[in-house]
Amino acid sequence: MRNAFAAAITALATADERIVLLSGDIGNRLFDTFRERFPTRFYNCGVAEANMTGMAAGLALSGLRPFTYTITPFATTRVIEQIRVDICYHDVPVVIVGTGSGLSYASLGPTHHSCEDVGILRCFPNLTVLCPADSAEVGPALEAALTLPGPAYIRLGKKGEPVIHESPPPFAVGKGIVVREGTDVCLLGMGTTTAVALEAARELAARGLSARVVSMHTVKPLDEAFLADAFGRFRAVAVVEEHSVIGGLGSAVAEWRARHDGPQAPLVACGTPDAFISAAGSQAWMREQCGLTGPAVAAKILARIGNAP
Amino acid sequence: MTAVADLTAIAARIRARVVEMSHVAGTPHLGSSLSCIDLLVATYWGPLRIDPQHPLDPDRDRFILSKGHAATALYVTLAERGFFDPALLDTYDTDGGALPEHPGLQCVPGVEAATGSLGHGLPIALGMALAARIERRSARQFVLMSDGECEEGSVWEAALFAPAQKLDSVVVMIDYNKWQATGRSDEIMALAPLAGKWRAFGWDACEVDGHDMPAVHAAVSREPDGSGRPRVIVAHTVKGKGVSFMEDDNNWHYRIPTADEVRKARVELGQPEVRA
Repeated sequence: MRNAFAAAITALATADERIVLLSGDIGNRLFDTFRERFPTRFYNCGVAEANMTGMAAGLALSGLRPFTYTITPFATTRVIEQIRVDICYHDVPVVIVGTGSGLSYASLGPTHHSCEDVGILRCFPNLTVLCPADSAEVGPALEAALTLPGPAYIRLGKKGEPVIHESPPPFAVGKGIVVREGTDVCLLGMGTTTAVALEAARELAARGLSARVVSMHTVKPLDEAFLADAFGRFRAVAVVEEHSVIGGLGSAVAEWRARHDGPQAPLVACGTPDAFISAAGSQAWMREQCGLTGPAVAAKILARIGNAP
Repeated sequence: MTAVADLTAIAARIRARVVEMSHVAGTPHLGSSLSCIDLLVATYWGPLRIDPQHPLDPDRDRFILSKGHAATALYVTLAERGFFDPALLDTYDTDGGALPEHPGLQCVPGVEAATGSLGHGLPIALGMALAARIERRSARQFVLMSDGECEEGSVWEAALFAPAQKLDSVVVMIDYNKWQATGRSDEIMALAPLAGKWRAFGWDACEVDGHDMPAVHAAVSREPDGSGRPRVIVAHTVKGKGVSFMEDDNNWHYRIPTADEVRKARVELGQPEVRA
């Protein structure tokens, strides 16, 4: 996904002279082409994310379209006040890009995990929260963010994520993308766990249940029309996210559901626990521990709707 | 260019209005507002290239009051400088009004950034400086910070970045009144030697008596020296400056003046007619 980001931002900057890329001393060689082509529009801001984020606001206040880019916890929770005040309160079109979100950097330990970012950031007024499901959604997500009058946060994986779309899909902020049709249950993926939701759908199919799978790439603003329809149509709606069950897409959907009058299918929340995962291990291992695998998600849904074996 | 004697008169007028606003609205931070008014006046009636009729001109210089708690000083300065009708000052801190105790972005014309949380103004100004460089504009960026504000880590992140990029369009002014909310700033944190710290970070640092108007005016008006170094003016100031019974008394960080104290202050400032 980070390669997709580098390619997309370089392509977009060719057409849009307002784009400025600020990096927090990561992406060694990743932005060589960008730097070569746009030497005045790339700044390595060093290991100083608060300054980077504040500068992005200053650039945007001057009419430019800055992107900040670094490892997710340092692009987000480290600089939460700069995001809140400099970017969101000023309501300026900065795009914050976090790479290696969720448990992408599993082996680096909880300092490099980000399972709280969406929960915190979606509290901030004016901020759009986008979680592209795969590399093909990255470019369209960036392009969509550029059309917004205010700020956006884009939550990326790292590299080698499963391909969901063979080509860039139509992408609109606030509109989920159906990646598999189904009629019994509905699975909402947030970002890279959309691939897990697809695996779960295949598991469910083997059990005779037809599952719709959606890349719910926009956590804020939520696709409320879609949710109203889904909670009336399906036997259950499940959220699959590499994020804490506190604050992520599951929480956002639950909040919406609590405010919403209408049919209420059961909501199944699959996310990371309210805990730091301090043991060493790979992303695949940690996902297993958290129940974020196709079989585990499928089993949870089956248990919830009473189809358990 | 306004004569220096006139600047002193303008500063006295602004101080009197600021004292009165604190009384009427019942808002604190009076000492912090009074200490930085000469810096504001020397800049707004000095080098700052702005046009109150065109407050969003992309080529304008930017002034950021990073110590947002001195909002009344900024509001009165902007009104005096012609950015908006001074009558609007009467709505300061009233329900639903445009002028809160910390300034919001463009809450009135001329306010270039929302401040109040310390340590934010300089990074924003550096972003504006980068934007000016990218777009080949000659705009400069002036940032007014407090000494206590220099305890924020984000200030020093910015202090490391600006000289690396030779952002010499940036001028930082530090209102070094030696106090912060609850004590002496040099005792709570090891700020001294403040100018030396900035110099060590690669800035062109100078020190000035922050109430010596000709000296302040000369310091803020100096052009970049060609070395690429951004400039910092460490202005030695007195908290509560201009009102004898407030000067260097940190109770006036939070105290609200009574009607009688406002009268006395206005007399001392040579502005005896009480409006409130």
